[in-house]
Amino acid sequence: MNTPNLHLYVLAAPLLTAFAVNLLGRVSRTWIGPLVLGALTFSAGGALMTLLHVLREGAFRYTIGNWQPPLGIELVVDPLSALMLLLVSAVALLATSSALKSVAHELPGREHLFFTLYMILIAGLLGLVLTGDAFNLYVLLEITAITTYGLIAMGSGRAALSSFNYIIMGSIGACFYLLGVGYLYILTGTLNMADIAQILPGLDAPAAIATAFAFLMVGLWVKMGLFPLHVWLPNAYSQAPTGAGAMIAPLMTKVTIYLMIRVMFSIFSPDYTFLAHAGIQAGIVWAASLAIMCASGLALAQRNLRRMLTYILVAEVAYMVGGVWLANGTGITGAILHIVSDAMMTLCLFLAAAAIIYRTGSLEFDRLNGLYRRMPVTMAAFTVGAFSMIGVPPTCGFFSKWYLILGAVRAGHPEFVTALLISSLINAVLFFRIIELAYFQPASDLSRSEPQQAGEAPLLMLSPLLLSAVALVAIGLGSGPLIENIIRLAMPPGFAP
Amino acid sequence: MEPLLSEIVAKYNYWIYVVLMMIGFYAMIGKRNLVKKLLGMNIFQTAIILFYVSIGGKRGGGIPIVDKHAAMLHGVDATTVVNPLPHVLMLTAIVVSVSVTGVALAILIRIYRKYDTLEEDEILEKIGR
Repeated sequence: MNTPNLHLYVLAAPLLTAFAVNLLGRVSRTWIGPLVLGALTFSAGGALMTLLHVLREGAFRYTIGNWQPPLGIELVVDPLSALMLLLVSAVALLATSSALKSVAHELPGREHLFFTLYMILIAGLLGLVLTGDAFNLYVLLEITAITTYGLIAMGSGRAALSSFNYIIMGSIGACFYLLGVGYLYILTGTLNMADIAQILPGLDAPAAIATAFAFLMVGLWVKMGLFPLHVWLPNAYSQAPTGAGAMIAPLMTKVTIYLMIRVMFSIFSPDYTFLAHAGIQAGIVWAASLAIMCASGLALAQRNLRRMLTYILVAEVAYMVGGVWLANGTGITGAILHIVSDAMMTLCLFLAAAAIIYRTGSLEFDRLNGLYRRMPVTMAAFTVGAFSMIGVPPTCGFFSKWYLILGAVRAGHPEFVTALLISSLINAVLFFRIIELAYFQPASDLSRSEPQQAGEAPLLMLSPLLLSAVALVAIGLGSGPLIENIIRLAMPPGFAP
Repeated sequence: MEPLLSEIVAKYNYWIYVVLMMIGFYAMIGKRNLVKKLLGMNIFQTAIILFYVSIGGKRGGGIPIVDKHAAMLHGVDATTVVNPLPHVLMLTAIVVSVSVTGVALAILIRIYRKYDTLEEDEILEKIGR
């Protein structure tokens, strides 16, 4: 296989499989598992090879159908996008393996529909990571959003209402982004990111450029659920089918943060982003600090494991936004490392939640009693994920938080350091409360009487959970080489740590 | 008053889009009926579509359909035709808007079947009970 085309196959495999799953899945359910797992294994392998290729040969640009940029759409494969490509496809592979079981359990007879949307969503996320065209990015953003709306609405209970609220908020975010692109198009007459970046510094229209930048940023912040624009997120993510939640929660927010980094450094320059409007940068770090505190506080009030995790996710989003806006190499390194580690630890915790819900049917705190005895392996992996969320070494959550705090100290933002530390403490309280419930409290009579309770989840759910827990420690131990060999290359010029 | 008025007249397309967008935004945030929220979303998206379409316009510009042979021989004078690119972009945006509306309507049908109403207050009341 020709390596320069490989990333295109990575992108195409889930997209084409989506249609195959829909057609063959109607004939027989047994086709679905091998098809989706095969396609995603291929994607993950291809993404790994693409990353190795980029590290060996350097970044390259790829024009689809030989339509030359700036008119044609180009894909950008640089160390950062190759890293994200691998992260998205690996997380998707692990989440899918677990989803196969939980979807068969929760949505019997509708698996082929679920996995059609699921595969298109993965293809959309991979496309978002690769694209080098501002308008193409909007289209892919909406592809991922529409599939997510459908997946969330497949959940039970209030899911349809939550999905509708997400549609309204998601559309506002996407429209703001589109408006920002419109302003950039009026100013530069092009939609290619690299081309815009070349033309922008020569323009004398500070107000119009600032408006475009503000629209792009606010649009993406709505999409990623940055507090206080997060209101749609906890409902939508906690009421989605567990199989969908385990992929949407780790990936959607992280990819949107990657897009924010792209807009800040590939369309605009770091000089513009951080220096043109004095005070804005400090203001955003302040806002992120407040967001971390508020979201962590709200997490304390939750009585359901999955809802609690979604509020922690909202706090984590603010970690990364704040980290990028610290405007120094250490902070940005921390933010990029945190994208990787947060995707893995959110995945680990959501997979554990999926396994628990598969066996016990509930994630309310008062039903978690005695879980360590009944599901020791699941809860061991959950504990690793929880430690990583808190930031206990040697899990990767510790190292990314370390870089974020170091960056905040160097940039002189004590409020961000305080927010990170307090949020870690709150995470410790949150998770030890669950560990205490599940480890020390004996199983209540109520839950013991139900026959389905005993035992671990099936192997198809357990193995991705264990793999993600191992990955948390592995990424933690390997964070030195990871930063040295990949993230350092992904920095915007002039921001080496 | 005079300079403000001439400012509005000179950039009337932007003012129209801003007004439309604010109407849509108000409906999305302020209305309690889910269908009205959805209609507000459509107005919001249409405002942006009109904004894009209007930025392609030129005074005295014609339809951007040109004779291929003449264009190959003499090239195209860009001042005689409007810029077609924003219009083509908006074809994609219209497709996106239609599909989002479709998904939203399908979800509204599910909500209506479940709660027998599309008023947000009544739904929340039913959930609370």
